[in-house]
Amino acid sequence: MSALLEVTGVTKRYPGVVANDNISLTVNAGEVVALLGENGAGKSTLLKAVFGLVKPDSGEIKIGGTPIVFGDTAGVIARGVGMVHQHFQLVPVMTVTENIILGGEPKRGLFINKKAARDEILALSKRYGLEVDPDAVIEDLPVGMQQRVEILKALRKDVKLLILDEPTAVLTPQEIDELLEVIRNLAKSGVGIVLITHKLHEVMAVADRVVVLRGGKLVGATSPKETDEAGLAQMMVGRSVVLQVNRTEAKRGAVVLEVKGLQVLDDRKLLMVKGVDLSLHSGEILGVAGVEGNGQRELVEAICGMRNRESGEVLLKGVPTKNLNPHAVHEAGISHVPEDREKHGLISTYSIADNLILNQFDQAPFAKGWIRDLSAIAKNAVETVAKFDIRTPSAFNTASSLSGGNKQKVVVARELSEDLPVLIAAQPTRGVDVGSIEFIHNQLIAARDKGAAVMLVSAELDEILSLSDRIAVMSGGKIVAVLDSKGADRNYIGRLMAGLKE
Amino acid sequence: MSALINEVKGKKQKYDVGSWLVPIISVLAAMLVASLLMLLQGLDPVLAYNSLFTAAFGSSEGIAATLGKATPLVLSGLAVTLGLRAGLFNIGVQGQLLSGALASAWAGYALTNLPPFIHVSVALGFGFFFGALVGAIAGYLKAFRGVHEVITTIMLNSIVMGIVDYLASHPFKEPDQALTRTPQIIESVRLPMFGLLPSGFFVAVFLACAMWWILGYTTTGFRFNSVGRNRFAAWYAGISYKRTIFFAMLFSGGIAGLGGAVETLGITYRFEPAFNLGLGFDGITIALLGRVHPIGIIPGAILIGGMRAGAANMQFDAGVAPELVDLLLAMILLFVTAPLISRFFKNSSNRSLTGGWGN
Repeated sequence: MSALLEVTGVTKRYPGVVANDNISLTVNAGEVVALLGENGAGKSTLLKAVFGLVKPDSGEIKIGGTPIVFGDTAGVIARGVGMVHQHFQLVPVMTVTENIILGGEPKRGLFINKKAARDEILALSKRYGLEVDPDAVIEDLPVGMQQRVEILKALRKDVKLLILDEPTAVLTPQEIDELLEVIRNLAKSGVGIVLITHKLHEVMAVADRVVVLRGGKLVGATSPKETDEAGLAQMMVGRSVVLQVNRTEAKRGAVVLEVKGLQVLDDRKLLMVKGVDLSLHSGEILGVAGVEGNGQRELVEAICGMRNRESGEVLLKGVPTKNLNPHAVHEAGISHVPEDREKHGLISTYSIADNLILNQFDQAPFAKGWIRDLSAIAKNAVETVAKFDIRTPSAFNTASSLSGGNKQKVVVARELSEDLPVLIAAQPTRGVDVGSIEFIHNQLIAARDKGAAVMLVSAELDEILSLSDRIAVMSGGKIVAVLDSKGADRNYIGRLMAGLKE
Repeated sequence: MSALINEVKGKKQKYDVGSWLVPIISVLAAMLVASLLMLLQGLDPVLAYNSLFTAAFGSSEGIAATLGKATPLVLSGLAVTLGLRAGLFNIGVQGQLLSGALASAWAGYALTNLPPFIHVSVALGFGFFFGALVGAIAGYLKAFRGVHEVITTIMLNSIVMGIVDYLASHPFKEPDQALTRTPQIIESVRLPMFGLLPSGFFVAVFLACAMWWILGYTTTGFRFNSVGRNRFAAWYAGISYKRTIFFAMLFSGGIAGLGGAVETLGITYRFEPAFNLGLGFDGITIALLGRVHPIGIIPGAILIGGMRAGAANMQFDAGVAPELVDLLLAMILLFVTAPLISRFFKNSSNRSLTGGWGN
């Protein structure tokens, strides 16, 4: 019997990046395959290729033994591939039954046969052990239940291969346990499951096999029997790019930034940062290591005034900084390379020149009172484009015309231009080409050498190891250890990241 | 790398060409479709267009009439443009304009003891203020209550129409008059003509230039543009989304109200509900035809003002119903909004001009 899904040697290149590099994997009926990898590792490109939405440059994808045709998404779905997206595709004001039957309603004449539909949903929910109230309205249901409806929706179409895209990202711990149980039952009933996640314990709990992607490459295939969470963590963040960074000994100065007892909620209103204390000295780079989703994002956003601080405070040179006001925090002296550069870092339809002064647009020399000084803006743009090696035909092209690496250089250039005492860089090299990575690294070190206190948050352990003077390891919303980077043992850090004590 | 750079350059050039051609081709395409309809009715499109444009632009009286029609249209187009720049779709220009028209009419007939210059300023100010008031309601609801401006401005249109109808037929009604209308404004408050040019037209052009300058060269303009393009990045950069949205809507309404005031003080000399119908909605077409650029609004408004001015003549000469102009405008709107034409130019950045209003 042929495998449900068979991916052989799939390669997909985008300008400047190899999104998928010779990836092969198979999924058989009744097994759970975890696809593990940080954002930007190539998971979504691979999935798009499976659905025929992206044409691989080389390689082949077979479903149930027959190759798929590029562009034939409907054909892929008809062959029993279903996906539960991270963001649900449900109609909030309709009932569970209505949502599940949507697009394939049982009819009686011109009308929907509501009774048949309801009975069908009840039977379906019984068969797979997924309890739902068929008459509940979606928007009244908790998120975990909504997800169940999504899964039922997929199952109703006789799904043989079910892809779950970060299904636990929005769930509470109890809901996660329930979901993992559902996944096990589905696999028992013969459905092949691809579970995309970066939460290691879920993988350990439910997967039969684990496939790890990093930087577009398949870097490991293993099973929970053969490894542990620390092993997985290392595979995920392992030696992706050999980074050679020349840096001298840090001249560590006084404490500049102090984080005291910080507690922060995530988007689900769950406590994600559970009391963090940190101090950042001038002239050092403090790396914050951790598997994604352990509170790093929330920590950075809270420090930079972009997310509400539930409790605790952030002191800059002893002075408390304002909560929920990114500009005031910046003015106080904290520059920030945001994790989501497209959303927060850039206005992509503005010129590079305007983006380079985005948070100083109303200050001298870029504005004289009410009037913007366009020649000062242009002069700054031309100089910065040259200094930061931003590859563009003109500083007045829109930011959207730049590659990812050059966009990031624009953000980094802007944040470094004022020589503020603190720089917080969140995933500064994600999705960035190797040349730009090196450049950005050197800029971070240069800022440190000029006396800035730099906090580097990265999912790449190698980046942390090669740049940091001290390393704080974050796990489960807490800083579990602060180490000197000299002689730091990556295996030990990997175990700390996985939440293991020793 | 150099190949990439050339590609980027090429795209930019294409976009520039496309962005100017789109409105022109939209107008021509709309006229072509309208010609086919005229032919179906057995009418002569060449004669019709000839008489339409001769009436509008062929004589000094025609030009004066066209510019008179164009004056409030420039202002309503600017009102829509300001909203769109901040990412707001102000459908309520009609209501804001009516409110300004009535307010300035009242100031024009009821306040009689003011020196002429001050009287004109006060009457214009009343128009601005009451338009801004209506706009500010929608702005407040959007910024601080999260209610979509398309919904609120449409509803405010109906509310304002009800209120001005009531005011014009009861408290402000011209005594001993069957029609629903206010008394005429006094002689000295009327906006004079400078040769062919209504003086209101200067006000409108001045405002267009001022808006162009403010949007392009001041920090206030930068705030509006930033919020319209990416409000998250704007917030990150220290621009208050709520404040900007509120003031964009307030000024948008104020400019619309000024449009109504200029119409009252320069053309109609009184408020009569039927006089101002459609001016606000034409503003949407004009804003999009002018590529949401304050200076682009002026030719757009003159063209549409000309069509409005010449419609009667077209009916007289070619037997074409004046409603054809409405049809033309509707089709122009369709062509400029639909990405049909810009796609024809393989416009890479298919940024919709009304982007964001569905958020």
